[in-house]
Amino acid sequence: MTQHSTDQPDRPEAAVTETPAPEKEIAVAATAVPADDDVVLRVEDLAVDFRTESGAARAVTGANVEVRRGQTVAIVGESGSGKTTLAMAVLGLLASNGAVAQGHIWFKGEDLGAAGAQRMAQLRGTELGLVPQDPMTNLDPVMRIGRQIDEGLIDNGVRTLRTARARTVELLQEVGLPDAARRASQYPHEFSGGMRQRALIAMGLSARPALLVADEPTSALDVTVQRGILDQLAGLTRDLGTAVLLITHDLGLAAERADVVVVMYRGEIVEQGPARRVLTEPQHEYTKRLMAAAPSLASRRIEIARERGLEEVLEEALLAPSAETGSSDDGTASGNPDEPTTAALVQVRDVTKVFRIRGNGLLSRGRDFTAVEGVSLDVPRGGTVAVVGESGSGKSTLARMILDIEKPTSGTIEFDGAPAGGHDHRSRIAYRRRVQPVFQDPYSSLDPLYSVYRAIEEPLRAHGYGDPAERRARVEELAEQVALGKGVLRRFPSELSGGQRQRVAIARALALSPELVVCDEAVSALDVVVQAQILRLLAQLQEDLGLTYLFITHDLAVVRQIADRVIVMQAGRLVEEGTVDEVFDTPQTDYTRALLDAIPGRDLDLAV
Amino acid sequence: MSANELPPIDGAPTAPLHAPASIHGDGTDPAGRDTAGEGVWARAWRTLRKNPVAIAGFVIVALFLLVALLAPLLAPFGPHELPGRGEIRPTQIPGPSADYPLGLDRYGGDVLSKLIWGARASLLVGVLSTLLGLAGGVLLGLVAGWFGGWVDVSAMRLVDLMLSVPSLLLAVSIAAIAGQTPWSVIVAIAVVQVPIFARLLRGSMLAQRGQDYVLAASALGLTRRSVTMSHVLPNSVGPVIVQATLTLATAVIEAAALSFLGLGGGEPSTAEWGRMLTAAQQELAVAPRLAILPGICIAITALGFTLVGESLREALDPRNRTRR
Amino acid sequence: MLRLVVQRLLLLIPLLLGLSVLLFAWVRALPGGPVTAMLGERYTPEAAAAIEAEMGLDQPVWVQYGKYLGQLLQGDLGTSLRTGRPVVEEFLVRFPATMELTVVALVFAIGIGIPLGYVAARRAGSVVDHASVVVSLVGVTVPVFFLAFILKYLFAVELGWFPSAGRQSTTMVATHPTNFYVLDGLLTAEWDAAWDALVHLVLPGIALGSIPLAIVARMTRAAVSEVQNADYVRTARAKGITAARLRGDHILRNAMLPVLTTIGLQVGLLLSGAVLTETVFAFSGIGSFLAQAVFNADYPVLQGFVLLIAVVYALVNLIVDVSYGLIDPRLRRQQ
Repeated sequence: MTQHSTDQPDRPEAAVTETPAPEKEIAVAATAVPADDDVVLRVEDLAVDFRTESGAARAVTGANVEVRRGQTVAIVGESGSGKTTLAMAVLGLLASNGAVAQGHIWFKGEDLGAAGAQRMAQLRGTELGLVPQDPMTNLDPVMRIGRQIDEGLIDNGVRTLRTARARTVELLQEVGLPDAARRASQYPHEFSGGMRQRALIAMGLSARPALLVADEPTSALDVTVQRGILDQLAGLTRDLGTAVLLITHDLGLAAERADVVVVMYRGEIVEQGPARRVLTEPQHEYTKRLMAAAPSLASRRIEIARERGLEEVLEEALLAPSAETGSSDDGTASGNPDEPTTAALVQVRDVTKVFRIRGNGLLSRGRDFTAVEGVSLDVPRGGTVAVVGESGSGKSTLARMILDIEKPTSGTIEFDGAPAGGHDHRSRIAYRRRVQPVFQDPYSSLDPLYSVYRAIEEPLRAHGYGDPAERRARVEELAEQVALGKGVLRRFPSELSGGQRQRVAIARALALSPELVVCDEAVSALDVVVQAQILRLLAQLQEDLGLTYLFITHDLAVVRQIADRVIVMQAGRLVEEGTVDEVFDTPQTDYTRALLDAIPGRDLDLAV
Repeated sequence: MSANELPPIDGAPTAPLHAPASIHGDGTDPAGRDTAGEGVWARAWRTLRKNPVAIAGFVIVALFLLVALLAPLLAPFGPHELPGRGEIRPTQIPGPSADYPLGLDRYGGDVLSKLIWGARASLLVGVLSTLLGLAGGVLLGLVAGWFGGWVDVSAMRLVDLMLSVPSLLLAVSIAAIAGQTPWSVIVAIAVVQVPIFARLLRGSMLAQRGQDYVLAASALGLTRRSVTMSHVLPNSVGPVIVQATLTLATAVIEAAALSFLGLGGGEPSTAEWGRMLTAAQQELAVAPRLAILPGICIAITALGFTLVGESLREALDPRNRTRR
Repeated sequence: MLRLVVQRLLLLIPLLLGLSVLLFAWVRALPGGPVTAMLGERYTPEAAAAIEAEMGLDQPVWVQYGKYLGQLLQGDLGTSLRTGRPVVEEFLVRFPATMELTVVALVFAIGIGIPLGYVAARRAGSVVDHASVVVSLVGVTVPVFFLAFILKYLFAVELGWFPSAGRQSTTMVATHPTNFYVLDGLLTAEWDAAWDALVHLVLPGIALGSIPLAIVARMTRAAVSEVQNADYVRTARAKGITAARLRGDHILRNAMLPVLTTIGLQVGLLLSGAVLTETVFAFSGIGSFLAQAVFNADYPVLQGFVLLIAVVYALVNLIVDVSYGLIDPRLRRQQ
């Protein structure tokens, strides 16, 4: 991207409420060389500091970004990269302990750094818009949706008290909210997540801003909802000629939606340029790494064996129906789910789980909720089966039943030929040694009072493994297996990074040498680079220890990296099953197709 | 990520990208290098030691403890002695003098001595009633949290019942049953605290039970008892300990209130802050110091425990723990 | 909303039943047994026999309880040993006084506590912030009756600005149709009487209000600190709305939710505090009457008042819950 060294003079005409004329067909503005006044936002050498107890911490350093009219610029980075801080600095919405330490933010020729609080408030209601990240926390819970949009229109003189509501309803219709007039008089808790996000988009665009900051606008939503909302947002901003500053951690999304991609790492912009160029020919080491780690449809199964040598590949091929041979034509060879194969370590047959939900009134009766309905599946020994579904699909309940934490209401689960779990205390304990979980949230899956050593040692102790010296040796061996340094052993969970915690959780699960490991969204809470490392670790461990995995996830891209077979669940039912390639290449149901379509960046041939 | 929280940047915020290894963001050294291997309680202690409010609280509590424990050495007169009995006239109560640094009260007791012995009485009431209430509440909460089901329901109904009566009334009623002895005050205050501790512990245990690490521990094959004892309970005691510290303050105040209402038996001239304050009512116009001095003693002692309790609460607050 | 009220009223029944069992047992646990406790110094063998017959002490316990419950249902909570009048009557006569006092205390606590807490949170680290911390600490650590002493000594005894005792000056002649003295003065257009009653409420009101003041200020400060950092407040700011609207409609309204609950919970503390404050100021409400009952071992009064106060307490919390629903739409739908 070209750097404009010429100083931007203050322009008086860039003052207030000129509604930007809807200019269509500007989509690919990056290719043309536009006139200077097309630049809506120019961030120059910006640095942002936060005051903390241990002195000032710099969250953004020397950032230069330019956004032109109608252009979408994506800022990509992991959590903590400073991408949100940069966006909030532009809006003048930094937390109270944050401040611009250096540099300028030029918006239509006006230096926002010099603008007072009142001027910023005025600009935010007219020329700058925000679509925030989490729809669940960004709407005032005690105010009707309509009023939350009205008040912005009224306070900025866009509409009067009387005419505001009609405009609000128009805006809600515009973002695809059905029955907008009635919806406007509802409260946020009566809206679903997707509807709330639509309301927030309407709010962000209500004053027809020249620049819209969209901060991870769909990260909190289910994938099938994400796509619709992103399309809506893109369509509207294109029609209105709004420039968009899109903040995201998702490279695929950036590639698909942005003209220009800016990559941030630890507060610095490490690379920027046209989206396709950055993503296909990354220059900077970090971008390359990010690209390599990004789970996308283009990625392939992590193949430890292939990297090691041919003999082992053959060996593995014998052990498990593997992904590299499983194309659509040999789907029959991978086994029919109705016919239990001898290799199956876990056999789930027609399992149903019904929860009783207590009524919240004194007289209201409880009602039944069927979380899982008539599900059957096999997990072959040494293989990886992924169960995919959106929130509420029953996938976690299924996992808990296999872990013997919940009992099925009907149906059977067999493990290695015998009923899963146990009929008495001893057999239950024995079952525990063979089946272990790794949970999603690395923050809550470790006891904050236990040091890493104690956490990994606990299962050994509980099952009377050896004497203290033997246990120590085993703990150190496990730590080495999951690539945790020895120094980490005496630390406490609060002193570890998310990835480290997940390694500890894995080591703990492996302590008793289980046969089956149930990973419930085990990598969902991690940044992509760390996620890739953990997936690799899991693959490596499977190779070394002959583990069987049941992988519960909502992220289809992850599935392709780790699984042999995929099971798609929707509303408690199994809707599709097959090898990874079958499901990804020739999905049989509309639902699976919708899930696949919803993954950002699927048509892009990324640099892998 | 919301812009309101400081982005968690590894160790050096502005460190540029050096070796590829540092990209991992995982496996590298996290922020607090010098404090590695520090548990929640150790961290809380370190936070407390740096907190001036906590230090002030600790100093007050330490002074109070010293005075209470060393009362026999510090006090010029014994707890029941009335050395100035002869100098008291119905119309006149001698003020501070060389013999009696803080003057006499209307029974002829040395106010300084009585204040010092009063510290001992307050310590006794405060500690004993808090320990009793804690024991009762923890037992009730544990039983409820342990057995669940109808045991839980009935325990919590009992707690609701006890909380439906304003605390002082409950204490008065209990004290009425327990009779006119100093013990009745201790028992009354303890009983009032039982439902508070029980509800706190049960709620805290319930919250912990939902955590993944408890689930993981059960999945390791640990029995319900060891999961509760080694995971749920240790993680639930934080709020209970904070509450116990704050209760020490409440107990001192409540004891004074019960004395004020004439409960607890004994002579009106007993060396006890609440009793002294009550007795001083009649001489408010003549000798206000008789009311002010014990009142200040009560307030400062309560302040000490409150400051310690509040800073402990802050130090243990999981929201204040660094998360990466 | 009506359903909520009915539901909560129904929940009162098991509570009162439970309390009646406890109070029934309580009388029997009193030192010297129920007869001595109920008769006190008026003990004669004949009176004792009469009481035994009335309470049916020779009958099985459950029959005795049934009898007690039957009396309760007829509104008979026994007779005061000291005055010889029915407990219910004693309560009703004095209740308006305590209610007036409690209202003044709450008005004082809310009127100062909420603005103080709000400013403290908005200007963290400022003088007001520190002041709010001091106020919170004073309210928690200074015994309410000690504060009452000090106020009485300073402003009544030394300065003479306010009366030191009672609900009304002894020289004041006034009629009392409702027993709410301030209200009576207004109703009967006896303005001087209303003013006189109000002046008598100032010192006890401030003393009693110090407890809720501390807690209201503290809760407001905490709630506002949290709400002002909430995502939806930032989003509201991103809309460019006026500062007044941000303050009133978004920050204060949301911050009031926890504060309101807290105020509801304070009523129990206020009733406890009233026992002490009324005693110091010789204010003839239920508190001072209770304190005398304790002093005179007037157990029927204690027994009856505990039950009645629990009812009042439960009703106040019901009102708080209903108003909570008015502010928070999420609860309106659920209930």
